Amino acid sequence: MNARAPVHQGRLKSPFYPRLEQLDFVNEWHEWKGYSSADSLYCEEMEYFAIRNSTAVFDLTPMTKYLIKGPDALDYLNRLVTRDMAKIRPGRVAYAVWCDDQGHVIDDGTIFHLREGEYRLCSQERHFAHLLASAIGFDVTITHETEDVAALAVQGPTSFSVLDSMGLDGLDQLKPFGLMHFDFQGVELMVSRTGFTADLGYELWIDPRKAIELWDALFDAGKLHGIRAIGTHALEQARIEAGFLAAYMEFLPADETIRTGRSRSPLELGLDWLVDFKKPNFNGRRALAEEKRSGSTWRLVKLDIEGNKPAHNSYIYSNAKAKGGEIGFITSATWSPVCKQNIALGTVRVPHGQPDSNVWVEIYYQREMHWNRMMAKATVVDKPFWWPARRGATPPGPY
Amino acid sequence: MKTYDAIIVGAGHNGLTTAAFLAKAGLDVVCVEKNDYIGGATVSRNLYKDWWYSNCSYVCSLLRPEIYRDLELHKHGLQVTPYGGSVTFMENGDYFGSYHDHEVAYREMSRFSRHDADAYKTYSADTMRQCRFIRDFLLSTAPDPTSFKPRDLKELARIGGKFMGMGEDRMNETIRFWTMSVAEYLDEYFETDVIKASLSGSGIIGTALGIHSPGTAYVLLHHYMGDVDGNVGSWGFARGGTGAVSKAIAGAFQAAGGELRTEAGVDKFIVRNGKAAGVALDNGEEIKANVVVSAMDVKRTFLNCMDKSDLPEKFHRRVENFKIRGSSGKINIALDGMPTFSALPEGSSLYSSDMHFIDSMERMERAYDDWKDGTWSKDPYIDLTIPTVSDPTMAPPGKHFMSCFVQYCPHKIEGRDWTSEEKDGFRDSVFDQIAQYSPDFKDLVLHAEVRTPEDIENEIGITEGNIFHGELTMDQLLFNRPVPGYAQYRSPVDGLYMCGSSNHPGGGIMAAPGANAAREILSDLRRPNTVPENFGDD
Amino acid sequence: MTDKYDAIVVGAGHNGMVCSALLAKAGKKVLVLEANDQVGGAAVTREFADGYSVSACAHLLYQLQPEVRKELKLSPQMASEDMTTIALAEDGNHLRIHGDNVEGATESDAEQYRRFRKRMTRFSDLLRKYFNKTPPRLGSKAFTDLLTLGQLGLDVRMLGKEEMQEFLRLIGMNIHDEVTERFEHPLLRGAISLDAVLGTHLGPRSPNTIMTYLYRQAGDHGRTATPSGGMGSISEELGHVARGAGATIRTGMPVKRIIIENGRATGVETESGERFNSFTVISNADPKRTMMQLVGAKHIETGFTKRIHHLRAKGNAAKLHLALDGLPTIAGFSRKDYAERIVIASDEHYVERAFNPAKYGESSPLPVLEITFPSFRDTSLAPTGKHVMSAVVQYAPYERKGGWNEAAKTEFMQAIMQTLANYMPDIEQRVTASELLTPADIESEFHISGGHWHHGELTLDQFLFVRPVNGAAQYRMPIDGVYLCGAGAHPGGGISGAAGRNAARAILNREKAA
Repeated sequence: MNARAPVHQGRLKSPFYPRLEQLDFVNEWHEWKGYSSADSLYCEEMEYFAIRNSTAVFDLTPMTKYLIKGPDALDYLNRLVTRDMAKIRPGRVAYAVWCDDQGHVIDDGTIFHLREGEYRLCSQERHFAHLLASAIGFDVTITHETEDVAALAVQGPTSFSVLDSMGLDGLDQLKPFGLMHFDFQGVELMVSRTGFTADLGYELWIDPRKAIELWDALFDAGKLHGIRAIGTHALEQARIEAGFLAAYMEFLPADETIRTGRSRSPLELGLDWLVDFKKPNFNGRRALAEEKRSGSTWRLVKLDIEGNKPAHNSYIYSNAKAKGGEIGFITSATWSPVCKQNIALGTVRVPHGQPDSNVWVEIYYQREMHWNRMMAKATVVDKPFWWPARRGATPPGPY
Repeated sequence: MKTYDAIIVGAGHNGLTTAAFLAKAGLDVVCVEKNDYIGGATVSRNLYKDWWYSNCSYVCSLLRPEIYRDLELHKHGLQVTPYGGSVTFMENGDYFGSYHDHEVAYREMSRFSRHDADAYKTYSADTMRQCRFIRDFLLSTAPDPTSFKPRDLKELARIGGKFMGMGEDRMNETIRFWTMSVAEYLDEYFETDVIKASLSGSGIIGTALGIHSPGTAYVLLHHYMGDVDGNVGSWGFARGGTGAVSKAIAGAFQAAGGELRTEAGVDKFIVRNGKAAGVALDNGEEIKANVVVSAMDVKRTFLNCMDKSDLPEKFHRRVENFKIRGSSGKINIALDGMPTFSALPEGSSLYSSDMHFIDSMERMERAYDDWKDGTWSKDPYIDLTIPTVSDPTMAPPGKHFMSCFVQYCPHKIEGRDWTSEEKDGFRDSVFDQIAQYSPDFKDLVLHAEVRTPEDIENEIGITEGNIFHGELTMDQLLFNRPVPGYAQYRSPVDGLYMCGSSNHPGGGIMAAPGANAAREILSDLRRPNTVPENFGDD
Repeated sequence: MTDKYDAIVVGAGHNGMVCSALLAKAGKKVLVLEANDQVGGAAVTREFADGYSVSACAHLLYQLQPEVRKELKLSPQMASEDMTTIALAEDGNHLRIHGDNVEGATESDAEQYRRFRKRMTRFSDLLRKYFNKTPPRLGSKAFTDLLTLGQLGLDVRMLGKEEMQEFLRLIGMNIHDEVTERFEHPLLRGAISLDAVLGTHLGPRSPNTIMTYLYRQAGDHGRTATPSGGMGSISEELGHVARGAGATIRTGMPVKRIIIENGRATGVETESGERFNSFTVISNADPKRTMMQLVGAKHIETGFTKRIHHLRAKGNAAKLHLALDGLPTIAGFSRKDYAERIVIASDEHYVERAFNPAKYGESSPLPVLEITFPSFRDTSLAPTGKHVMSAVVQYAPYERKGGWNEAAKTEFMQAIMQTLANYMPDIEQRVTASELLTPADIESEFHISGGHWHHGELTLDQFLFVRPVNGAAQYRMPIDGVYLCGAGAHPGGGISGAAGRNAARAILNREKAA
């Protein structure tokens, strides 16, 4: 008998790691689905402004990816997610959310219609067991392909210019939520006009064996367009400005939630527009129809908060005196450098949190070993905090 | 002659816990123990040169942290250290390891099945939901569903409320969980045999049931609901062996003014005018007390140490029918050095883990068939630990103590006593299985103590040597434990109480029965309660 | 487009016919579609050899609910009633159990048995009451649910403190412990163990087997009978009653699928391509077949699909039919004994050992048997002077390792014949033809997934509130218009009619409420 080497202990390195390492000056990393992922590479603030001002590159490889294909692929996805996937033609991408039978959100993610009948589902969390259970009775094959696809987010006003100079012909015609396939040094490069920043931006998907070549080509092309690699912290600020949800922040995956009442429905997350009750059956439909009839418990709100102290982990009240107890809490908060606003996402009990209404947020902040508490007035806003016209312009300008 | 406020019979961890809480309440308490050492089955023994064996119980996680904190056990020498993961060696030369790090654990499971690696998180969440439900009731007395007393109705309403709070879907899942077998439960999540086999062990440890027996999914909880420093489900070693636990509780008891007497075996509980009056020791001495508490199992207490005439007939019959089954044995080994496990690379963290050698569900169940036939498992389920990997106090430097918990092992061989040949046979089954994966193991053995349930019964006194003082089946849980109508630590005899693991919530080094019994006794005596509340988890 | 029906029942098993008869009596226009050429599902009489007929699956009647008999005015003709159970001993010192009496055991056993029966009768009567009701939904605030739950709680309390304690204790217990605590005679222990495990994937030591024992008693208190003309005559009578009430029953019409449009049932399509319309489709088929094949996963949600997928429904009971040129010799038997119910289970260990291999996908080398000679009282079943033996044989696991091929069947048949020969030395010479139906055969011939008696294992995790699965215990499937009325639904299988009756009542009540 020979000893078997143990599985890799510690963290995995993405195929882009050698380049990230070269650009890393602060050595701040965290674990993301087993991979080392940078919090920041040199300066959070400058990284953030790369997103909003030039081009930021973020390593997306640890995102969970599944390939779904087979004769029943469309039927399968239509039963899995709440929106109507029949409307998503090949070459298009859909943001989608999927629920358990109780109508509680398991996760959200993007579904790429790669080719007729072939899809890639991409999400923060892993769902292989759920996807396979959902495949009982369907003629589909589902392949876990996280390690087989390396991915980069290329986001920011000059991102089109960068990719254009890389020689990706025809990219100018790609609309938001569209995808195109290119040849890159003999392998397929998939480019989708998607992202987590609400800015002009793309995501690049490629065979990991060509990852370094892609990186080099990209940075070469980006030299004159202010391209910079960034870490998670900068991206997180942009994410909140866009009002996008994150698992474990705005919701907990329902299949991992232990306590009753701690998960959320898509209706409670402001995703009504993704729930298509015209579809006769999808996971959670019956429960969601009932919730629509009888009313939700929670509502996700975007908050514009007075002052400049970020409202991390704060309770939310309906009045400045905190009468009646808290009505909810903040799930994500940040100072928005581009809007110069104190912004947050939070979850409050219905009927609170109507658009344009006011709530109060209890903020604790520290100044030189001294803690202060303030009740800050906040306004519930309807639209994302940042949603520039360039995000959707097709063809994109040379911003 | 002196009359004590209370006498506790049996200095196991539960007896000592009751004793400590009663002493803390200011009672004059004596705890008597038949052996010349304390601890019962929670003990470290020096049986070979400089080795200390945790020769009965061997790991520690269920010990209620509320009790640990309240009795300040750290001040009395207790230190519990978590240990790493588990490994199941496979017949094909591979192994399945489980690791603390979630991602490493995920990667390892993915080698066998990506589906299973992903399913594990749902499995954990679903199991933890059940744990949470039951954990809340560990430090409380089970209500009597037949009673109309406000206290019982209130507690029933609390449990009912908590249950109803789960919502219809999860209530139904809870009903299923409590009634299904561990094999079927695992089948709903996993497809890989070795992963299921490695998880299923927790469903049968200490029980006379097989992995396919309905009700074993619940037993999982008895191995999952423990925690070390709030990490629910993780396991630890007491530094110095499990005897350190009873020593520390005894320390707390004595610090509160309690009196401990060893080599004082009880022959009879004395009942006068229908009320407990004290105990008669084996040597003829009588000790008087107003409250008498038995930490022994319920059968030994009522069938061996009491006159039948002192007990209601129905109660007596139900105690007779209470099931305490010897299903596991123990082999404690002094090793000359660290054995090599061929499949493990040098320096693997799994050397400090729980080791198992059964890699399929079929082998797990077949091990049980042998027991049903009245013999030990020829291909046994072994839970092997080498605590000296992380505990320097139990063996000389470079030497090791190995603890093998072995299932299944019957109390009697086909209904009669074990012969020494059979004991050797039992030992060989275990040694051969280990040696299959560790070629140098047998050469390193310096001394081995082989303990069948019969041996444990004879020495410790637990009927059939059962680690839980009674099967953890539905008919013997909660308000049915130990017998219906007497699940609140009181016996039919006034002043006679029970505080051992035969009572709710059952065995393992949990100390909850001991603490709960103390609370009931203090309430009967109208004394202020000294037993801590559940920490809570919301 | 054909006419629209108020309800379509898929499958003319006895439950399907009870359900359709009750609906028809309530004035509904009901269509029943049956795949086979005769009605009855697993309650049929079939010719298995030239001139020899037998109840092809179920062969004893002991659970037909009084409510069903009464409401449908059934008066089946019985060939034998209130049969004695004879537990065979090789030496001819058999044990005879009749009602609450045991003959051939010690006085202490006889007394213990009377006590045991008294308690079991009380408990099974309690359960029976709820077998004839739709299980309440836990956590529901609906009046009927709360009422039923409240009643259940009250009924359990009304047993009295001590009996309530016993009930709560015994319900999860195994029959092994109960019989070993009470009885001395091995044959008595064996016979009771056998009653507790027939039709299940459980051994006497499996917790839960007191419950399965009680289940069997919940009807005629364990008194068994054989209908004249075999079980098929019960089905024929039910068919007659259903037709008489106005239901249309069409045989030889296998249903291909239940048509789901816009998320609700609108009818069924047969294999031949015919379509029948109704907004209420009631399936007498088992839950797996109903949801996975007739409805299809596409129309149900993942969680529910998973539950149906994991529903345990793997049969272990095989059925043996022997054509005999005369009655076999059994030591110690008088002639009338052949009219009784005969069991082979020498003690509880024997039953447990028979069960062991089933856990590993192997058939029992020493099987347990429940035997009748129905031709003894019913000459219509065999040519004059000849006989038929009908036996339930365990354990024959549905998922036999390597499958139920000819070699496997031959091996099991040999094991059975050797076992029989221990008690009936001349059995081999008597046999002129035989038929062995394994669970795999029962699946293919009677369209029952896994060939399981109860359409789903009868264990507490698939019982009452969670039968067949969590979220579907009220006969209504989580898709509008689809109902279940067979053994897979509460309370379970056996020729009882309870599931069919409860389903009909649930459907009618729902209509009333709407």
